[in-house]
Parts: sequence; C-alpha cells; structure tokens
Amino acid sequence: MSEASPGDRKVRTAAPGLIFESGSPGRSGFCWPSAEVSAHDAIPKALLRDEIAGFPELGELEVLRHFTRLSQRNFAIESQFYPLGSCTMKYNPKINELAARFPGFAEIHPLAPADLLQGALELLYELERMLVEVSGMEHVSLQPSAGAQGELTGLMLIRAYLSARGDPRKKIIVPDTAHGTNPASSTLCGYDVIQIASNAQGVIDAAAVGKAMDSGVAALMVTNPNTLGLFEKNIEAISEAVHAKGGLVYLDGANLNALMGVAKPGHMGVDVLHMNLHKTFSTPHGGGGPGAGPVAVKERLRDYLPVPRIVKQGQRFELLEDCPKSVGRVRSFLGNFGVLVRAYAYMISLGGDGLEEASRMALLNANYIRRKLEKSYQIAYDEPCMHECIFTDKIQHKLGVSTLDIAKRLLDYGFHPPTIYFPLVVSGALMIEPTETETPETLDGFVDAMLAIAREAREEPDLVKTAPHSTPVSRLDEARAARKPILRWEPSASSERG
Amino acid sequence: MRYTPHTPADKERMLRAIGLETIEELYRHIPASLRQQARIELPEGLTELAVRRRMAELAAKNATASDWSFFLGGGIYHHFIPSAVDAVISRSEFSTSYTPYQPEVSQGTLQALFEYQTLICQLSGMEVSNAGVYDGASAAAEAVLMSRRIQPASRRRVLMSRALHPQYRSVISTYLRNLGDVQVDEVPFDASGATDTDQLTRELNDQSMCVIVGYPNFFGVIEDLAAIRAGCSRAGAQLITVTTEPLALALVKPPGAWGADIAAGEGQSLGVPMSFGGPAYGFFACQKKFVRNMPGRLVGETVDTEGRRGFVLTLATREQHIRREKATSNICTSQTLCVLASTVFMSLLGKSGLRRLAEINVARAHEAYGRLIQQTGIRAGFGGPYFNEFVLRSDDMDGLLARCASGKIVPGAALRQWYPELKDCLLVCVTEMNEREEIERLVRSIAG
Amino acid sequence: MEFPEGLKFSKEHEWVLVEGGTATVGITEFAQEELGDIVYVELPEVGEKIVKDDPFGAVESVKAVSDVYAPVSGTVLEINDLLPDNPETINDDPYGDGWMVRVEMTDTDDLKDLMTAEEYAEYVEQQKKEDDDEEDEEEDEEKE
Repeated sequence: MSEASPGDRKVRTAAPGLIFESGSPGRSGFCWPSAEVSAHDAIPKALLRDEIAGFPELGELEVLRHFTRLSQRNFAIESQFYPLGSCTMKYNPKINELAARFPGFAEIHPLAPADLLQGALELLYELERMLVEVSGMEHVSLQPSAGAQGELTGLMLIRAYLSARGDPRKKIIVPDTAHGTNPASSTLCGYDVIQIASNAQGVIDAAAVGKAMDSGVAALMVTNPNTLGLFEKNIEAISEAVHAKGGLVYLDGANLNALMGVAKPGHMGVDVLHMNLHKTFSTPHGGGGPGAGPVAVKERLRDYLPVPRIVKQGQRFELLEDCPKSVGRVRSFLGNFGVLVRAYAYMISLGGDGLEEASRMALLNANYIRRKLEKSYQIAYDEPCMHECIFTDKIQHKLGVSTLDIAKRLLDYGFHPPTIYFPLVVSGALMIEPTETETPETLDGFVDAMLAIAREAREEPDLVKTAPHSTPVSRLDEARAARKPILRWEPSASSERG
Repeated sequence: MRYTPHTPADKERMLRAIGLETIEELYRHIPASLRQQARIELPEGLTELAVRRRMAELAAKNATASDWSFFLGGGIYHHFIPSAVDAVISRSEFSTSYTPYQPEVSQGTLQALFEYQTLICQLSGMEVSNAGVYDGASAAAEAVLMSRRIQPASRRRVLMSRALHPQYRSVISTYLRNLGDVQVDEVPFDASGATDTDQLTRELNDQSMCVIVGYPNFFGVIEDLAAIRAGCSRAGAQLITVTTEPLALALVKPPGAWGADIAAGEGQSLGVPMSFGGPAYGFFACQKKFVRNMPGRLVGETVDTEGRRGFVLTLATREQHIRREKATSNICTSQTLCVLASTVFMSLLGKSGLRRLAEINVARAHEAYGRLIQQTGIRAGFGGPYFNEFVLRSDDMDGLLARCASGKIVPGAALRQWYPELKDCLLVCVTEMNEREEIERLVRSIAG
Repeated sequence: MEFPEGLKFSKEHEWVLVEGGTATVGITEFAQEELGDIVYVELPEVGEKIVKDDPFGAVESVKAVSDVYAPVSGTVLEINDLLPDNPETINDDPYGDGWMVRVEMTDTDDLKDLMTAEEYAEYVEQQKKEDDDEEDEEEDEEKE
C-alpha cells in the first residue's frame, strides 16, 4: 500500500476560497518606485478603460499561500504513481528544469538578429538530428506545440505533397482504436474520415486496409504500438497496401516509448509522423501542457515542412524563411522552445544506450503488472503487450462495479487511476502504462491496491461504488456543470461554500 | 544519466514473475527485419554535471535581455516577472500533474484555471474565456474557424487587417487553406498605422464572415474599434480582436467594451518568460451565446456529493476525445502551466498593480519616443495612439542597426522583413524593463 | 421498459406520434437510458426541412453525443422550448414532455419503414442480447 500522500487526509480538505473572495481594496503584491512619471494624457481619454472590476487585491504572502494550498489538492507524478495509458507519465528530471531557466534560454527574444542566438539555433538543430536518429526518418520540424498540432501539420504536409502532384484526394483512413485527435485533426485539415475496424487480435489487417484503400484516400493514420498497447505487426504489409494506391502513411508517435532501440518507424514504411516530447522525452505535463509535437518526414515531404527551417552554413546557424513549397506556419516563432530545451537535455542525458534501456524497462514494467493482475481482472486482448496493458471491468461488472468505480477507489489508495474508457473498442477499458522510471516496489504497491479493490468488489461493493472517500472533494456533479455552465466567478453570485 | 531504477536483481525477479528468461523475449513478436535496424546511434549518456556544462555552453552563445538592451516587441515582450511566479509553477504538484480528467485529485489545477478564466474575462471585458490554447497565432486562427462554425455558409469572406501580426496572418492562412471554402482578403493600413476603415467599410457586405484586427496592432497602434464594430454590425459580420500585448488592456478600453464577438491574443506578457518565443499561451474569450462553439478546455463550477464546491472540465462533448471528427478543435494537451504562471502574475499585481505597470510602460514608451524624435535624425512612423510600441523611420537603417549593435543594443525590429513597402521602418518597444539609462544610450547610439 | 402502443419506432431509437399529416418525434426510453444524464439538446429551427434518415439534431450527455435521425421527412412546425433549459426532461419523460420536434410530413409513405411498439420491443431485446453475445464471444475466444 502506498504511503499516505497529501491529498488523502480529510484534515486538508478545507477548500481555499477563490482568489477573488479574499484580499482588501488597494492591496497588491507589486512594488515600483513612486517617482515614476505617469503619462495619462498620452492616450486619448476615449480609449481609456475603467478599473478592472473584480480583479484580485492581495499581498504576496496571501497569493503564495493560496496557490500553495491549491497545489496540495493535486495528485502529481512526484507524489503519486500515475499509470495513465498512452500518456507516458515518466519522471521529469530536475536538471532539465534548471537548464531551461538559464537566462541564455529564458531571456532571449526571437526577433533578435541570428548572430545573437547561435546557441539556441544550435540546440534546435541538434535536437532535430537526434529525433531523426530515434525515429529513423529524415527531416524534422520542431514547430508544432503539441501532438495534435503535429498531427494537423503532418496532414497538411500530405495534402500539400499530393496537391503538388495534381492528385489532392479527399479521405483519411483512421482505425477504430485511434485517439480522438486523429479524426479531429483530419477534419480540421478538410478531409473526410473513414474508420476501419481492428481484428480480433486487436490489430489492423493489411487486407482490411487494402479494401478500404483507393485512389481517393490520401493517407492512413496508424498508431504503433496502438492504443491497446499492441504492436501493429502487419505494419509493413499495411504500408505497402497504402503506397500501392498512391497514399501515404502517417504514424501517431504517442507510444514511441515502447519502440526505442526496438523498431524504428522510418523502417515501417511511415512517410510522416509526430512525436510527443511531453510523453517519450520527459518534458513535464504541467497539468495540461505545454508540450511539443515535432513532425518527422521522409525526403519526399521535406520541401513542404513549416517555415522557418533551421539550416547550417559552415559553422553558422540560420533561419530559412524562403521555402516556396512550405505549408507555411502553424504557430508563431519557432515553437515551444522552453520545452525543446528540456527534451534536448533529456536526450543528451540518456544518450542512445539510455533511450534504449528506457523502452526495455517500460516493457518490463508493463508486462510485470499485466502478469500480476490478469487473474483478477479481465485482460482485453490475450496478445503480447508492449509498454501498456489493458484490462476491462467485465469481471467486476457482474458484481455491479464499473471501471469508473475502480478508478475512483484507487484514489483512496493514493494512486492516480489508469486511463479509463479509452480506446472505445474495449468496453470499460482500464489502460495501465507504468513507464520505466518506476521501481518494482511501486508496481507491487499498485498491484496490491488493485487486488484489494477486486476483493472489495466481491465483498463490499458499496465501498467501491461510492469512492473516493478520502480526496479533497468526492465525486463531482458533471451533469450539473454541463447543463448550467458556470465558467467564471461573478461578484454578486459568490458566497463562500465550505 | 538514466532514471530507470532497476537493479540486475530487480530485473531477474520481475522476469521470473512474468515467466521469461531474458528481456529480449519481451520483443520476440516484433518482426526481425525491424529489430535488426533499430539501434539508436547517438553518443553515450552524460552525467548530470556534464549536461549542465553543455547546456551552459549553449546558453552562453545567446544574447540575453540582461546583457544587451532589447527594445524588441513584435508579439513577445520583455516584462518583469515577480519571483513568486516561478516559485508556484516550480511546485511539482502543478508541473508534474496531468490534464485534470480525475477532478477529485486535480482541484488545484482546476480551480486555478477557473480563476484564470475569470481574470481573462475581467481583463478583456468578454463574457466567457477558455483555459488557453497554444499561442496567440493559433488563437487567432481558431477564432476564424469558430466564426465559420457560427456564420451561415453564405458568409465565407474574412477581412483581415494587414496591420495584424504577419506571423499570425500566415498561420490563419495556413489553417484556412485546408478547408477550401473561405476567402481571406487583406485590408490595408492607412497613414496613421491603423486599419483603413474606409476601405474596410467598402469591402464589408453580406458575404462577410468576420473582420480580424490587432488590438493594439503589429505597429503598436490602438485601432478605432468603434468604427470597425459599427461597420461589422451593419454588414452582419463578426468582430475578432487579437491582442499580442495584453498588458495594454489594463489601461486601454478592452475588446468586450467595444462589442467584440471573439477576443483572442497572446498571454506571454503576463508573467511568462520570453524564452525565444515559447512556450507561452493563447487566450481566447467570446460572448456567452457562442460558448458551445469554443475550442479548447473549459472549467466549470459544480458541487460534489456532499454539496462542497468543486471544479471540473466541462462541455467536453465539444472536444476531440468525445466528438472526434466533429470536434470544435483537435486540441488535447494545451499550455496549462504557462496559463498558471499568468494567473499567479495577475493575482500578485492585482487591480492596482497591473494598471500601474501599464502606466509605467506608457510613460517610458512615450518619453523615449519624444526624445528620439527630438534628439536624433529619426522620424515619426505612424501617427496613431499607441501603448508601448511604435514605429520610427530612418533613411540609414543599416547604419543605425550597426551603431546600436556595437553598443549592445537591439533598437527594434526592422519592418522590411515583413513589409517591403516599409523598408525604412523600425518597430520599437519600450517597457518597464528598459531603464532610463538604457534609453539614454539608445538615443545616443541612434543620433550617431 | 415502456413501449407505448400508439407510437411508431425507428431503428435509431426515435419514436413518432402521427396525428393526421403531423408527426411528433422524440427519443425512446432505451435511448435516454443508454445516454445517461442528458445535459444539452441541439434542435433544428422552426421552418427547417428535415430529411428521413439524416441527422436533424443531437442529444448530449456528459460523456457522449448522439445524433438524432429523422424518422420521416418534413418541415419543422414546432420545437420543444422546455428542452434548452431543462434537457433532463428527456430522461424524466421521454415519450411525453420530452418530445423534441413536431413536423409537417412530406410523404406519409415514410411511416411504412417504422416499427410498431411490439416490433420495437423485440428489437430492443435483440440489441441487448447482441451486446451480451459479443461479450461472451470475446470470452470464448480468449479461452481458446
């Protein structure tokens, strides 16, 4: 059983009020010399606003206390085991945080002359090379801000390439196990989505792809290993089937943590892929970002990559804007540079040998958990799993206990639950990805908790169905939040509720 | 340096529990053809000390705003960040947590985002805000896409000001090109540096979907939103404003007060380091009636089983993980930690502090402008009202830039890289971080 | 589970109440149960034309969205203005107060493709059985 963590004792559940609900008029945490001249009449009166009604008025300690107390209401990797499938919640190294905060990275402006930014450009250039090597592809753009933006960019590259050949095509094939961003990105790129089914082994058949594939299909989007944690073993034949009819293969690289030193996407017939630096390459999740979703392509798509490109002329690095075939920009400046700095530090920390070991241990940990749980929980597919394993709630459902209940009960044991109800092809999915940075003792603790819950489901189901009992808040009324959305604090409506 | 804790004994014990002899066996189902070519040919890993040295070496090759004087804006701004901001976002409870899908153990992040949404509404004067998108440019693009979802199919013309940030215009075009049914027309700027409202009025008609302008615009000019709003209302087009310098909104009348339909922009100014242009975040706010068409995450207030107030992600059926191909956007991971930094920043400065900071910017910028015009050969660029950024003209741009560089000054961004017709123009930004003494040196360097 | 006699039913779990040339449409008890707590209803505008078998609206719960398909073609005469503020009405009274739209039918022949209450009851039984069978099938496969 895990050690008690901050969130699981009732003592700390007293909620800090909203930042607007305390403080005092005129208070501020900001100081500046009063000798400063004002220039009120510099801007025409008609353009001036009234004061910002409702804005907080607190001192510095009040603010710090508020956010510190808020932080204590969160689970996080550094406090709890966080086995979210497909999210790769590995340790976020502190050396990366230190480096990203160097003034030479944090206090530089993107519009300064390139001569003054050679260190930054060198870092990005080298990061591109390293990602090329890991992926087995040929060129990289670091611009996309997240995996989903990487997907959109990749699809734009495909579209530009095919349009240049006079053969734009209208459709994208997406497996039923795909992450929701795959069809969403396809639509955003102006494509129609065709869904194909995985087979009974949880992977895609080359024959199914061949049947769905025609001269109107621009690309197939595939994840490998897929969202079931299974290696798409037919990938080479699948790529052939797509290429045979003039289409391209897009790989969603979200699960790259399983593949380093094992198999390179570039050798699987993949034409373009994205990687998630906040997954495989350890940059922090931040409660929902920032991340980075670089795209990697084969030679034939190089000219379409977003601008600017980073190029090396002799010993100098430069930004190349003049790329006539480029799809253009997907965001401002060069991307989430601070995230890229962290990923670079991580990659040089681990080196080739370290990255390969990371994947090996990720698989070892996932298979260990699978073996320990498969007598008490129904495994979704009896196939070799890679870095994650999926169970269903089939056994527990017969006792009236669902995946949701199991997840909520895990919170009482001090663990963040696995990913639940995804992918959709598995009923009541529980997707567990431990990552390589966890000790066997932590895994044992998690297994013990899961076994205890399985026992509770048999002997005290109500305890599970009404969980969580020890978190700062109990189950929240999401229907109410959706029916009558309250999306901001309002002065008149506020009343401190305990 | 590795972070895998497994000892040889650990590995052996685990393999036995799995029923395997070697780790290699975990991969026996992977095609041999792929296994053979999979080696990662990168140098061996480094110790933490070696990493630190290498990173310092790279950092040392960059000019920072501390050792040089930057008068650069253009979408990224050098502002003071109180130390308390980093203290909060360095807390691992915030930085190493995931998107708050399990709200019972994510109340910290969720409440902070709810507070952020409120702060943006207050600052922008709009009715509802989301929890942030990637950056100002993609926020602008998402705003146009949202307008397309709301407006009927007969309205598919976008009127985009040429005075909107060039990179943002590029991103908007990139996003729209794939949808094929939207026409983007550029509206020129006039001698004051603002959007030519006469031309805009001539272009507005019943096919107009939306008008999108910077506020302030790329030249730092505060646009006449009254005239633009009136034109939009007459034509039935939506008004979208894009603010790259949101500190201006602490002093200048915000988009909501002018009746904007959607207010987007870049949040970096408010407590996020410049960091070579990212990560920061895009803010996105709109009128309440459009809320179900918004992209991005939304945090809502609710209660738990015991009536305690709590916060959850809500209206999730708009989003990719549920709506899939019919989603309002594809956004999944966003920029939450940067949004949190801004929330702390705005809370620290508060009502009076943020306004004071804005006033200092106005004072410094207008003072610098006055001195540059009077004491050097440089001429005024545009005549419109401005916050902390302005345009100046020089016939000897290269000479000016060189003189400044030898004094370790970057006096601004030459506009010729984006506007060929403005090859004698320099975009200058002055903030509270530019000391009086720096401005003095700027004046002397430019005077020559 | 209720299957009111006077109604007709579609394979997509909509019900139709026919009164002369007018059809009132809603979703069935089975459908609202599958969805869970309904939080939002998307309805067409009065005067809009709906086409048989095409989606004319949607029903949202917290975790899912379901398109609602037109069981008949017609022009929308009335929409249920209770639903925007009280979407849960569909959960509470799917066949009564939870009605969604009233349309002027273009072709009463459209009704021929719909099921009677008895046929729909059987159809629902069959659906439930298929879901169980699928689960059992998976079990059997794994045992092999």
